[in-house]
Amino acid sequence: MTPRHITPGHRNKLRLLALATSLALGIGAAHATDITGAGSSFVYPVISKWSAAYAEKTGNRVNYQSIGSGGGIAQIKAGTVDFGASDMPLDEATLAKFGLGQFPDVIGGIVPAYNVPGIAPGKLVLDGSVLAKIFLGQISNWSDPAIAALNPGIALPASKITVVHRSDGSGTTFNFTNYLSKVDAAWKAKVGEGTAVSWPVGIGGKGNEGVSAYVKQISNSIGYVEYAYASQNKLGYARMKNSAGQVVQPDAASFQAAASTADWSHAKNFNLLMTNAPGTDAWPITATSWVIMFKQPKNVANSKVALDFFKWAYTNGQQQAAALDYVPLPESLVKQIEGYWKAEFK
Amino acid sequence: MAVLHARRRLVNAVALTLSGCATALGLLFLAWILWVTLKNGIGALDLKLFTKITAYADQGGLANAIIGSLIMDLIALAICAPVGILAGTFLAEYASRSKLGATIRFLNDILLSAPSIVLGLFVYVIVVLPMSNLTHGAVSFSGLAGAIALALIGLPVIVRTTDEMLQLVPGTLREAALSLGIPQWKLTVQVLMRAATSGIVTGVLLALARLAGETAPLLFTAFGNNFMVANPLDKMASIPTAIYQYTNDPNPALHTIAWAGALLITLFVLALSLTTRLLFSRRKVSHD
Amino acid sequence: MSSLPTTLESINTDHRSRSDARHDAWFRWLLKGCALLVLAALLGAALSTLWGGREVLFGQGLHFLTTAEWNPVTDTYGALAPVFGTLVTSLIALVLAVPVSFGIALFLTEIAPAWLRGPVSSAIELLASIPSIIYGMWGLFVFVPFIARIEPALSATLGHIPLVGPLFQGPPIGLGLLTAGIVLAVMILPFICAVMREVFQTVPTRLKESAYALGSTTWEVVWDIVLPYTRSAVIGGIFLGLGRALGETMAVTFVLGNSYDITGSLLMPGTSISSSIANEFNEAVGTHRSALIALGFLLFVVTFVVLLVARLMLRRLSRREGR
Repeated sequence: MTPRHITPGHRNKLRLLALATSLALGIGAAHATDITGAGSSFVYPVISKWSAAYAEKTGNRVNYQSIGSGGGIAQIKAGTVDFGASDMPLDEATLAKFGLGQFPDVIGGIVPAYNVPGIAPGKLVLDGSVLAKIFLGQISNWSDPAIAALNPGIALPASKITVVHRSDGSGTTFNFTNYLSKVDAAWKAKVGEGTAVSWPVGIGGKGNEGVSAYVKQISNSIGYVEYAYASQNKLGYARMKNSAGQVVQPDAASFQAAASTADWSHAKNFNLLMTNAPGTDAWPITATSWVIMFKQPKNVANSKVALDFFKWAYTNGQQQAAALDYVPLPESLVKQIEGYWKAEFK
Repeated sequence: MAVLHARRRLVNAVALTLSGCATALGLLFLAWILWVTLKNGIGALDLKLFTKITAYADQGGLANAIIGSLIMDLIALAICAPVGILAGTFLAEYASRSKLGATIRFLNDILLSAPSIVLGLFVYVIVVLPMSNLTHGAVSFSGLAGAIALALIGLPVIVRTTDEMLQLVPGTLREAALSLGIPQWKLTVQVLMRAATSGIVTGVLLALARLAGETAPLLFTAFGNNFMVANPLDKMASIPTAIYQYTNDPNPALHTIAWAGALLITLFVLALSLTTRLLFSRRKVSHD
Repeated sequence: MSSLPTTLESINTDHRSRSDARHDAWFRWLLKGCALLVLAALLGAALSTLWGGREVLFGQGLHFLTTAEWNPVTDTYGALAPVFGTLVTSLIALVLAVPVSFGIALFLTEIAPAWLRGPVSSAIELLASIPSIIYGMWGLFVFVPFIARIEPALSATLGHIPLVGPLFQGPPIGLGLLTAGIVLAVMILPFICAVMREVFQTVPTRLKESAYALGSTTWEVVWDIVLPYTRSAVIGGIFLGLGRALGETMAVTFVLGNSYDITGSLLMPGTSISSSIANEFNEAVGTHRSALIALGFLLFVVTFVVLLVARLMLRRLSRREGR
């Protein structure tokens, strides 16, 4: 990547050209530092909200664009951005090879959303194995005894289930299929986990909005969306039986419970998925995304601003995160991340 | 004879009625889509939309995206219109029956259907990465790179239409001009292109219409920006990328802004189409 | 080069001044340079997809073309389902859009009163300027539910006709190949229509007037005089639309149902090359990314083959007509 064939003079001339153009247009010279991040669309709403507030406070502008986790990883590796964001953690080997470090930024939940006439939102209870069997096509009718056993006293219609999944590659799908793989051996063997998988049944909607639109339009359907979609689109969302055998409601408290009970201290480089977390109050399909940065960046000043931005967000950005149905990281985890910064980032 | 006549009249009546129905159908779809767009976007059509930037999300507007789109669309047009018209002229006037002409024409048709995301990746490799290496990361993604990607989308449309329109200029016009001793380039520019102006302009407008709504090629070239920039070497926002981001957001207020943005693009192309039509209708050349 | 009297090469250059000749040469090179730029752009784009997709194209070879299993988890990729979906949806779009565009162009050039022509043609062109993601959103929120409502009727009527019946049977969810084809048809209609309208206007008035004088009806003039005169350009316009249909991403993605299946019914969900790329590219890494870029290369190949077949069919047609 180092441009050996370019003389420093040449490079300066180019920089001068860039500077001259920006001065000539009279914009872009009045602020402190511009840094750039790219990746996961899951965190886009909250990072852009933080970025506006942070710019007002410090004058530093954080320009984050959601080009997808795959794109974010590729761009940070190519050095075209100051930080990447991914819904899937990078493994040890990749991090070491490129000199990268990673840490979580915010927590969100994924919920099964359904549209069954006569069953109000939050009334339906499911567990991991039933959910896996529905998405495998093994349970294909709402009146199936396995669903009835979890929902005594609810009149389930004898209607065919229409499964709706994401058609685009997404961190949501990754965490959802990771959860199903953890709780159901058949799912793990037949389908597995990934940002996009080969779905045994169902139709694919583009993005969260595609899935929520289909679930709304098609009676007797079931899909999965980020919690914010279920709560803001007034979709019927299911309660889940977690690994401790407790039925929990998807909300900020149960997501944070999962983040707290997950065993972060033993996860090197925070390489840990919170799905099926232990703990009686933990929501079983809880997810985070990771910020990925160079440990020894080429542009030290920009990197410093990026770290400062996330530090600011951990302490001051909680309200904004909550308003968007995200959950801030638990304090213990933030402490751990700050220690990681001191130890690893130069 | 009378039976035959009646039959021909019947066929004619049926055909003309069907053509009227086709027009009505086309207009119905337009009205339907515009109505849905207007209904969903009207809530965001206010001053804020034009004065505030996307960094403020649902409290903001599309000011930076509007400026970015204008800059990139115009640069793209400035690249692809001349190149496309000249290339189309070459095909029609200099290579209408040559092997090279046939090859370029064929490949141009393939370029028409190239998925826009692929063109974006191509520009990423030939513009963004070299720029980033050359300037040590000072310039990487840029509005200019975005404009080049958009130009690649508009280019084949303009080539195709210019070629077709010039070929339809009657040969008598060429013969008449050449017999007067006018040099080829003058004939081409002043006689043929002028005779085909209306068609060529239609081609350029179709190209603009197509590139103005493109999202996929911009993600990896112009990247996007939540703040206001006007320097084409900076990362730049655009209305289509804003629409793309906002429609995937759970917040319904952002959906409204996205629909309003779509309305803006449509109105922008409409305004441009109307003005050019007004400009060119005055000096229309008849072919007879 | 040809010896037709209308081509520029054949004109005697003796009397032209030297500077004119030089200007002509420069002009010619300028034009040629631009044309070669188009060539370079396509070859560059095609080669970059070949390079980006080399892992899958050369690693899996024919397997990539002949299988339908698409599984990012096991890194098994077969392109058959997306190719099938691309061809079927584009075909539906052409079958619907070509006659409708022709009807509109006919209306605009021969029937409509002069004052109506400008506004109506601007309006139709406006269909081209609606961003494709808006077609997608409109499709998702408005058109899919609409189709879902008329699908049972479609299955009940067309579904019982022998041979074509199975094409119209399926669950009434509104998504699928047919819906995608219709949305595509609306999107490509303005492109085909604009070209048709423009070229119909170039038909010399005296040609048409002679036919009218002989007692032809409007329809006969259009069918027997206008269409043959402009045929090559009309076909060019159809290719313009076909190109757009083959490469369209966003709109299709929202209404196609996105499942990697090859089915015999137009009411069933499917996928297409460009919508697969648009769907999965952002989150894909490694072999998966390579497979998607390889899919992009495949679209170039598919387009190439489709255009080649179209060309051959046209040549046969013109030979039969004795041209």
